[in-house]
Amino acid sequence: MQNLILANLLTEPIGVAHYVVVSAFMFTCGVLCMATKRNVLGVLMGVELVLNAASINLIAFGSPFLRNDANSLGLDGQLMTLFVIVLAAAEAAVALAIALNFYNNHDSIDVDRADELLG
Amino acid sequence: MQEIYWPSVFFLLFSGISCAFAVGVLLSQNIVRMAFYLVLSLAATSGLFFLAGADFVGAMQLMIYVGGTLVLLIFGVMLTSQERFIEMHTWAGDWVKAFLAGGALLFILVSAAFSVPAWQSMDRAEAEAVVASKTVTPLGMGLLGVRVDKPEEPDAARRDGMAGYLFQFEIVSVHLLVVLIGAAYLARAKRKRDLPAVQSDGSQ
Amino acid sequence: MSSCPVGAGSRDKRDDDIGSVGLKEEPQVAQFLLDFTIFGFDVCPWPWLAYTIAGFVHVVLILNLVAVSALVFIWLERKISGRIQDRLGPTRVGGKFGWLQTLADGLKLLTKEDLRPEGSDGMLFRVAPYVSFCASIAAFIAIPFAGGEYPWIAQHLNTGVFFVLAVMGLEVFGVILAGYASASKWSLFGAMREAAQVVTYEVPLGMCVVVPVLLSGSLDMVVIGDRQAGLFTNWLVFHDPFTFITFWVYFTCAMASVNRAPFDLAEAESELVAGFHTEYSGLRWSFFFMAEYGSMFAVSILASILFLGGWHGPFPITEWLGLTAENGAVLGYLGQLLGLGNVLLKGTIGVCVMIWVRWTLPRLRIDQVMAVCLKYCTPIAAAMFLGATFWHYSLPGKNFFGLLNKPAATYEVSEGWQNQASQPETEEHLAISTPLTKLGGQ
Repeated sequence: MQNLILANLLTEPIGVAHYVVVSAFMFTCGVLCMATKRNVLGVLMGVELVLNAASINLIAFGSPFLRNDANSLGLDGQLMTLFVIVLAAAEAAVALAIALNFYNNHDSIDVDRADELLG
Repeated sequence: MQEIYWPSVFFLLFSGISCAFAVGVLLSQNIVRMAFYLVLSLAATSGLFFLAGADFVGAMQLMIYVGGTLVLLIFGVMLTSQERFIEMHTWAGDWVKAFLAGGALLFILVSAAFSVPAWQSMDRAEAEAVVASKTVTPLGMGLLGVRVDKPEEPDAARRDGMAGYLFQFEIVSVHLLVVLIGAAYLARAKRKRDLPAVQSDGSQ
Repeated sequence: MSSCPVGAGSRDKRDDDIGSVGLKEEPQVAQFLLDFTIFGFDVCPWPWLAYTIAGFVHVVLILNLVAVSALVFIWLERKISGRIQDRLGPTRVGGKFGWLQTLADGLKLLTKEDLRPEGSDGMLFRVAPYVSFCASIAAFIAIPFAGGEYPWIAQHLNTGVFFVLAVMGLEVFGVILAGYASASKWSLFGAMREAAQVVTYEVPLGMCVVVPVLLSGSLDMVVIGDRQAGLFTNWLVFHDPFTFITFWVYFTCAMASVNRAPFDLAEAESELVAGFHTEYSGLRWSFFFMAEYGSMFAVSILASILFLGGWHGPFPITEWLGLTAENGAVLGYLGQLLGLGNVLLKGTIGVCVMIWVRWTLPRLRIDQVMAVCLKYCTPIAAAMFLGATFWHYSLPGKNFFGLLNKPAATYEVSEGWQNQASQPETEEHLAISTPLTKLGGQ
């Protein structure tokens, strides 16, 4: 845990753990965003944050500057990040289309109004 | 006093920006400002990618994530924006519950991150000896199904495991095509006779 | 200094002989400061100081380039539009040609009151012009102004073209935020049009940019520019019929993506008052203008580097006169200066063509703008991409519509994993370079 100290962070190289902490923080923000926002688009932004956290992790595991041993993820991390980014773009397009449809049908973008299936 | 290690300073800078604006997304109630904070957070993340030596992925993040996705989002924000939707407040009870759960999650994740020995920092001399390698050509070859990044890998099993990504690439391409058609179909303009129903619903 | 991952750029073989100094060729200014000594006294012993000063030098140069070029282009636009409309344009300020007119206008803008409409979103309203301006400036970070062994470039990125395109795509954010934050429906209409237009035009633009990348085998703009050395027949625009058409498609899409007429629907005066910047005044408004002219210049320079030979003139004068780095630092510097002049001249010509088009063609309707992109530019760009691929595959090394043979040195792929200093060129590596023979890992 000693690497958390700021002075050490300025003079020592950072490791995978630091990237993972940043990623964990963004992930938590994204999950909270999904949980608390009532706006459909706010929920969508939470999803984007979560996916972004996943990309940070993948990049960190594959980076030669953070971890340079044989078990490093290497290029696979970057390749998977590419797929995550592309799929996130696709997901945003579909989710946005659904949100627009929802708005057209309900005249609202409050997720709590989507309760028909409750019966 | 040891000399300052500049990549770490830049890491602090970029991670600070991205985390701060992620919190901004979470706490802001104005949907357009949320989108703006998200742009800044994702752009700072691309800085983190550059810092980790993944320059192509960083540029891709800027282009597709920040550029494409967020313009899309802002589109949606504006198409659905009316005064009453721009600010939608969350109930206080939800905040409390969410922060309790989120804090617990964050604690677990952070303690897990520092409990793995292999994820700790390298020595300074070791980190300075790392030579940056170009990533564009290996990435392109990897997407075409040929891996050129570690051809000297001694372990035969691991070398076989380093398969290319041609199949996944094709799947993603088809997926994108499906999404293109599907999104256009979902978001198309409604026919005229649907309109009265929508209006009567909205006037209630 | 460490091998700093911040500048994880290209590290070619030629860097080996620079030796023990960790810095490679990229931050030349920093390297110069570190090496600079007066009577054995090290002027700048700390790498961080050298890097900071180098950064400031780069930033000042780029800011000056964009700001001064904006001044010149606004004046040029007024003169050219005047000539096209059979009038004189500005004539009084600064003597004969009214060349100080823009400066006077700038001073006037500085003294204007900074208005903000009631009901606007204050923070976003204030920030929006700077977002646009920063995106426009940031594109110049990765644009080389002279190539060769020691390119004149602020940050030599391995993914140069891609980075420039990505950053220029961010300019639309400022416009969208401005349109939203102004709390005016004209602004919002303008912003929505701009967003739709820019997002759509990024598709054919990207496809056109891929063609020179494909032919040079590198995303590095220094490599792309240097492979067009020699006579103008080596320029990629004359490489084959497909690249010739691609160039024109690129130029059309570039004009659309920087919102120039006939594609300037975001600020259509006849319909939307002034579009997204209706509510802006004074300095903030001028920032939008600087951003527009800056990105016009950026796409023109990009066109010149990708298609028109970049820093290589139509005739290889620098080689004839021996103004290369091998003949000493001063001659090399002069050669680079000529290259810089070439790039700026070609960029200016591109901007002038844009101005000419703006004052010649009427503005399109929004559906026509979309039709031009989706029905014409995108399919043409895709077909040209396939055609260029086919040409490159079946007639490698043929130039100028297939009539000339190209010197081998200009079409060798000089970038990529084969050239990494850490990897020796063993037989195995050469085997991989013939595609898909060995290690076909699937």
